[in-house]
Amino acid sequence: MRALHRKLFRDLIKLRSQTAAIALVMACGVATFVMSLSMLDSLQGTMDRYYEEHRFANVFASMKRAPLSLAERVREIPGVGEVESRVVEAVTLDMPLMEEPASGSVVSLPSDSREGINRLYVRSGRFPEGRGSLEVLVSQRFAEAHGLAPGDGVNAVLNGRLETLRVVGVALSPEYVWLIPPGGILPENKRYGVFWMGREEMDAAFDMKGAFNDLAIRVMPGADEAEIIERVDELTAQYGGLGAYEREDQISHKFVANELEELRAMTLIVPAIFLGVAAFLLNIVLSRMISAQREQIAALKALGYSSGEIGRHYLSFVLLIACVSGVVGAAGGAWMGRGLTRIYVDFMDFPSFEYDLHPRVLLLGFVVSAVAAMIGVASALRAAMRLPPAEAMKQQAPQNYRPTVLERAGLQRFVPLSARMIIRHIERRPLKTALSVLGIALACAILVVGGYSEDSVDYLLDFQFQRVQRYDVEVVFGATTDDRALSSIRALPGVLDAEPYRALPVRLRSDHWQRRTGILGLTSGDGLYKLLDMNGTPHALPEHGVLLATTLGQWLGVGPGDLVTVEALEGRRPEFTAEVAGLIDDFSGLAAYMNVDEMNRLMHEQGTVGGVYLSTDPQDSQSLYQDLREAPQVAGVNVKASTIKSFRETVSKNLGIMRSFMVGFSVIIAFGVVYNSARISLSERSRDLATLRVIGFTRREVAIIQLGELATITALAIPVGLVLGYFLSWLTSQATNAELIRIPFIIHPSTFALAASVVVGASLVSGLIVRTRIDKLDLISVLKSRE
Amino acid sequence: MTQPASNNPDKSGKPVFAARSITKTYHVGEVDVHALRGVDLDLYAGEFLVLLGPSGSGKSTLLNVLGGLDLPTSGHVRYLDQDLTSYSDAELTMFRRRHVGFVFQFYNLIPSLTARENIELVTDIASDPMDARDALELVQLRDRMDHFPAQLSGGEQQRVAIARAIAKRPEVLLCDEPTGALDGVTGVVVLEAIERVNAELGTTTAVITHNAVISQMAHRVVSLSGGAIAGTRINERRVLARELSW
Repeated sequence: MRALHRKLFRDLIKLRSQTAAIALVMACGVATFVMSLSMLDSLQGTMDRYYEEHRFANVFASMKRAPLSLAERVREIPGVGEVESRVVEAVTLDMPLMEEPASGSVVSLPSDSREGINRLYVRSGRFPEGRGSLEVLVSQRFAEAHGLAPGDGVNAVLNGRLETLRVVGVALSPEYVWLIPPGGILPENKRYGVFWMGREEMDAAFDMKGAFNDLAIRVMPGADEAEIIERVDELTAQYGGLGAYEREDQISHKFVANELEELRAMTLIVPAIFLGVAAFLLNIVLSRMISAQREQIAALKALGYSSGEIGRHYLSFVLLIACVSGVVGAAGGAWMGRGLTRIYVDFMDFPSFEYDLHPRVLLLGFVVSAVAAMIGVASALRAAMRLPPAEAMKQQAPQNYRPTVLERAGLQRFVPLSARMIIRHIERRPLKTALSVLGIALACAILVVGGYSEDSVDYLLDFQFQRVQRYDVEVVFGATTDDRALSSIRALPGVLDAEPYRALPVRLRSDHWQRRTGILGLTSGDGLYKLLDMNGTPHALPEHGVLLATTLGQWLGVGPGDLVTVEALEGRRPEFTAEVAGLIDDFSGLAAYMNVDEMNRLMHEQGTVGGVYLSTDPQDSQSLYQDLREAPQVAGVNVKASTIKSFRETVSKNLGIMRSFMVGFSVIIAFGVVYNSARISLSERSRDLATLRVIGFTRREVAIIQLGELATITALAIPVGLVLGYFLSWLTSQATNAELIRIPFIIHPSTFALAASVVVGASLVSGLIVRTRIDKLDLISVLKSRE
Repeated sequence: MTQPASNNPDKSGKPVFAARSITKTYHVGEVDVHALRGVDLDLYAGEFLVLLGPSGSGKSTLLNVLGGLDLPTSGHVRYLDQDLTSYSDAELTMFRRRHVGFVFQFYNLIPSLTARENIELVTDIASDPMDARDALELVQLRDRMDHFPAQLSGGEQQRVAIARAIAKRPEVLLCDEPTGALDGVTGVVVLEAIERVNAELGTTTAVITHNAVISQMAHRVVSLSGGAIAGTRINERRVLARELSW
């Protein structure tokens, strides 16, 4: 080994705790990078494989009732590969564990249940067999929520008759990765179940012999889906078609895609922050090392080493750290990526789990960390290479200080000496101080980013469920019905107030822009469903015309006063134009509202009701739920409190996992930066501190001077970090462009408080470590050496 | 030109420092370095002592032990009635704070503090300090009190260091190669300052040097060699600092 290499290793060993701290931060950057990318790859791959192996449909269409021959005509549309005609029916369920009624969908299985589109993955049990029996497969999430296993029975109202479904197996389906009830936007595993039943049994139970009401279509690669959808709509129109839609609009897939989208946003920002901080740490450590080794560098140059060799020497120091971080980070990232992928696969209930770690991810992780390290040390390296030997051999003059701002303002009498030392030290190297402040601020900022999504969701839940949806229970009617159903519900004991609504599936068009969505027909904008914009400002429900969500309006390129074409996808499917009465900037993104009477008039119907919002008396809820369960028209009952609970159990859990990762990483960053700043400042000042100790300062007094600087920097960093965190959160919220729900940008004060306390904690721990170093200052050797 | 020994220290009373059988062994790697091998030394009130010896003779180690910076491996050091060798680290700190002024070869001023503030470092924690300006007056640097170390020459920095050392009115002033980093002319100015402190304030002063010329200004010269006292000489006639040259 060459002598210069030996020096390299000894330098590394001498600075081991600092290099370890840097390597740790850098490893975290590589780890988050590898973890996030491999997890995204794996989830995307797992999802794609699942969809492909189970032949998830590309186009979906529902209708009232169509003859089987229609399926043949759909199959003839160019580009259509496979078509499966099915019967899908809504049922109400009577679950013993629940007070409130649950609802479900029963989906028919093809005659050979192992073939076809949207194939099931049977987790346990078997496919239904017995002819004439009501054997079913039940969706896994619902089975889990209710502890259902093969052999159990589930009471359900099928076509107005109370029957017992016999569970023979538990299954997963690509079509129902998330169980989102019709009309809902959030998964509800407990309140909504999906069952699969033999086709013949379905036909018998729902009088659908020779007919179907749902189509799943696989299109051929390269086929024009929009064209196919148009043709399907033409064919199904006379059979009460509700409008075909592509996979992107399929609610379960939409939710899965939304999850992946949110994860993707995280993958960009967090590793970038880590590597940036690591680069900055390397810069300060290397600059310090080079200035401490001025004489050595001069001697090496005097001995004939070239500037290039010196540069390479220090560069290898940095690259060695980057390499170690790369290996540790990649290994840790792969380990965490695998674990996190498994958590998400479980969370999403994909049947198989495969972790894909592409070599390119590892390679990229390495390259990124090496590049970040080299950028970080470029200036320090240049300084080492440019150092003229003769000058470096000379003793360095005392560092130049000047009176601080406070003293220039004539306030020195109020500033104690120790404070003057601290302030002058900070003021003398403003750039270095600024960088230290920035490093700690970044750690603080990451914590804010980690907390903001939870705050936003909390805010959204409160806003949507307490202020907008002021009802307690939403009753969904099976088929659109009339006022009589409403009056019978209104008369039930426990109902304080009832308000009908109609959710009309439509396609909105303006010029060549079109969008499939729903218009909510209300009786008032100030009743149980209150129209509020993001700021909580109430909007009146227009008497005429349609009120569009701002994003939907932008999508269609329309504003107040413009006309949109509304293609109803229900009933006789009339097409009409409506004036945009206004735009409402709410969280829903794609919502549209209308007066329900106006809606019925335009639909050429009278008094049609799709469901009813109820305000209920909690004391009577049990009997009310029982009554609703038995009411024939009722297809589903959404109890708001259960929806919120279910949401918290699923989505919030996911956010919680992400947040704990962020907190863990931020603690490492905060500690890495604070500890390094403190150590460097200690080594720069050890001579001064030893002098103070010699002339009679106690350890405590010396520690106060030294740690005062750390405290000052931390104090400066926290507000900067909070502002930076606010900004980065905003960036993340912009990157997460979920269409399903617009996530508000809310950061709760407690998130700021947590971020600040973690940074303070990291400073305290670093301070304690530095304090023990101060206690061990070697007074004599420091005094004997020159600066 | 010489002058009669003035301010003759009182050798009849008890010594300020009494070191007995001092040894100091450092473990450097696997080798034991015997820096002091059984040194006995007394230092009397008002005395100007020069410890003379080549590098490695143990003179700095002896000064560090006397000043409470280091503890001997064996032997005892008494300061008046107190046994320094039994002191804890905190007690040694308080001892330095109250009784000892140090001057170092490389000045050890705090670069972020002005000359005056460097002195205030000491006066802030001393019980009966002199005014920082008076201390600077004593080393004739009052006009430069608001300068930072970087704005002062080496000799000026060392005079500030002396002012800092004496500002607390220490019983003893310990100077380790105070002129080691200075040229002859500047060195003389610094020695004049030390001489004035010894003469005007009566501060017991010990100066370490390898420069034999400087020993001419002492009351007593102790030569060290190989960690032991090689000889003691009393100057019948002391030479004034300003008459020294090397």
